[in-house]
Amino acid sequence: MALEVQVAKKLPEFTLDVSFTAGEAPLGILGPSGAGKTMLLRCIAGLERPDRGRIALDGRVLLDTERRIHVPARDRRVGMLFQNYALFPHRTVAENVGFGLRHLPRQERADRVEALSARTHISGLEGRYPRELSGGEQQRAALARALAIEPEALLLDEPLSALDTHLRSQVEAQLQETFAAYRKPALLVTHNIEEAYRLGERLLVLSRGHVAASGAKEEIFRHPPSLEVARLTGCKNFSRARAISETMVEALDWGCRLRVAQALTKPAAHIGIRAHHIDFIESRGAGGADENVIPCWLVRSSETPFRITLYLRLNRPPGESGEQPSHVDLQAEVFKEKWERFREHPLPWHVRLSPDALFLLPE
Amino acid sequence: MAPIDWSPLWISLETSVTATLVTLVAGLAAAAWRERRTGPAAALVDGIFLLPLVLPPTVVGFLLLLLFGRHGPLGKLLLRLGATVVFSWPATVIAAAVVSFPLMYLTARAALEQVDSRFFEAARTLGASEWRVFSAIALPLAWPGVLAGTILSFARALGEFGATLMLAGNIPGKTATIPIAIYFAVEADDVQRAVAWCLIDVVISLALLAGLYYWTRTRWVRR
Repeated sequence: MALEVQVAKKLPEFTLDVSFTAGEAPLGILGPSGAGKTMLLRCIAGLERPDRGRIALDGRVLLDTERRIHVPARDRRVGMLFQNYALFPHRTVAENVGFGLRHLPRQERADRVEALSARTHISGLEGRYPRELSGGEQQRAALARALAIEPEALLLDEPLSALDTHLRSQVEAQLQETFAAYRKPALLVTHNIEEAYRLGERLLVLSRGHVAASGAKEEIFRHPPSLEVARLTGCKNFSRARAISETMVEALDWGCRLRVAQALTKPAAHIGIRAHHIDFIESRGAGGADENVIPCWLVRSSETPFRITLYLRLNRPPGESGEQPSHVDLQAEVFKEKWERFREHPLPWHVRLSPDALFLLPE
Repeated sequence: MAPIDWSPLWISLETSVTATLVTLVAGLAAAAWRERRTGPAAALVDGIFLLPLVLPPTVVGFLLLLLFGRHGPLGKLLLRLGATVVFSWPATVIAAAVVSFPLMYLTARAALEQVDSRFFEAARTLGASEWRVFSAIALPLAWPGVLAGTILSFARALGEFGATLMLAGNIPGKTATIPIAIYFAVEADDVQRAVAWCLIDVVISLALLAGLYYWTRTRWVRR
C-alpha cells in the first residue's frame, strides 16, 4: 500500500510544490499555519485541482495532469477528517456515519454503522445530532464516517486542534489506536510539534509550500537537515558556527568553542541545541569534565506549571560591553524541581552543552 | 344582486400555485448552477435573471408577448405544435412565474451560499454524486431560506398584474385573476366588487406574511 504524491499549485503567497510517498506508517505533516498543509490534503482528496502533478494510490492514478486525469473526489476512496469535522448538522450520528454506505442494503448498513461506532467508541450516541455531542465525540463520529467507506488512504486535518486541552490526550490515544489498526497510508496534518511526533511515525516538514525535511521522526528531530527545519521542529538556540578541527567548532554568537559528536562532513553554518537539552552544572568540577561548560547569567525567566524557561546571557553579565540588557544567547527549559536546587546559587551559573545534544546545520 | 363570480379567486390561486412550483424548481436549479460559477459570463446571466425584478411588469409582459406571440420565436414553435399561449390560462402562469422568479433565485442563492461548503466537500469525499450533495445536504440545510423565498414568490405571483394583462388579457373565467378583476371592476364603476376583491387580496396576503413571520420566528434551529 502506498500513496505517491507529486503536486504543484500556485497559491497567492507562494507555490505549493511537494512530492513524497507515504506507506503504511502514519505520516505526520508538520508546518506552521499557512504552509500549505491543508491545501496539500485537499489536492489529494480531490477537492482542489493542482496546476501540475500526479497522485497515485496503490498504482491507481487519481491525478495526472499530463494525461489529463482528474478523478473526482467521490471516486477516490480517500477518507478525509476535516478540521472542524464537518458533521452534517441535520443528520444523526448514525446517518452521518452511514452517509457513504447508501449502496448497501439497509440491514447491512445498520450493522456496519454499529461496528464502526463500537470501534470509535461512540456506541449509544447514534441517535444524537452533532450539536448534542462533545468535541471529542464529534471527532470520533467524523472519524467513523470517514472510515465507513473503507478508504484506501486517510487524511486528517488538524484532528485535535478543535478540542479542549484536557480532552486531547484521550482522543489522541484513540487516534493512535485507529492508526495501528488501519495499516494503509494515513496523513496527519498539524502545526503542533508534539502532536506530530507522537502520532506520526514518519514526518514531512512543510514550509511555505515546499518539503523542508522528510524521513523518520527521530532522525529529523535529532539531526535537522537545515536551520529552517530545526526552527520548525521547535529548536530555539542557534549560533553561527566555524569549524576549527574535525570535532571542534567555534560558536561565533555564543563566544565559545565546543566539542561536537557529529563528524563534520560539510562546512557547518550554524550550531544549535534544544532548550531542554541544556544541562545546568550544580557543582563545578563534579564528574571532572569541564568540556563545553560555559558561564551564564540569567536575563529573565517564564514559568509554566511544571517547567521554567530561563533566558541566559553567556560569558558575561547582561548589559555589559554596550549591548542591550535584554540580549539573550540561550533559552533553557528545566523542570522546576531542578531549578529549585540551583536558583539560589550565586551567578554566574554554568551550563553544559553536551556534544551529543549539539547539532550542526549546513548552509 | 347578481350571484358573485368566484372564478378570479380560483384562477389566481391556481396560477400562483403553479407559477410558484415552476419558480421553485427553476430558481433552485439556477441558484445551484450559479453557485459554482464565477466570472463575467455568470455576472451577465445574473443580470438577465434579475431583469424581471427591475423592469416594469408591462415591459416584461410586452417582451413576453413578442416572444410568445404569433410571430415570436417561441410562439411560432408552439404554433407548429398546435398550441397558442397568448390569451390562455398558461399565459397567466408564464407571466407570474417570470415576474416572481428573481425573488426565488435571490433568496435561494443567499440560502445556499450560507451553507458551509465543507459539508458539500465532506459529502463528496464520502462518494456522494453532485445530485446527492444538492438534495441530501445543500437543500435540507438551506431549507428555511428556500421556504421564505417560496412564500415571497407566491405573494408576488398572486399580486401580478401588468405582465399578466399584456400576455393573458382579461378573459373572465379563464385569465382574469383577482388583480385584473379589480382593475376592470373599477373601470366599470363597480366599486363594491372592487372593494370586495381588494379585501380578499388583503386577507390572503396578510395570512401569507403572518405565516412567513411565524415560520422565521419559530423554526427549529438545527445548527
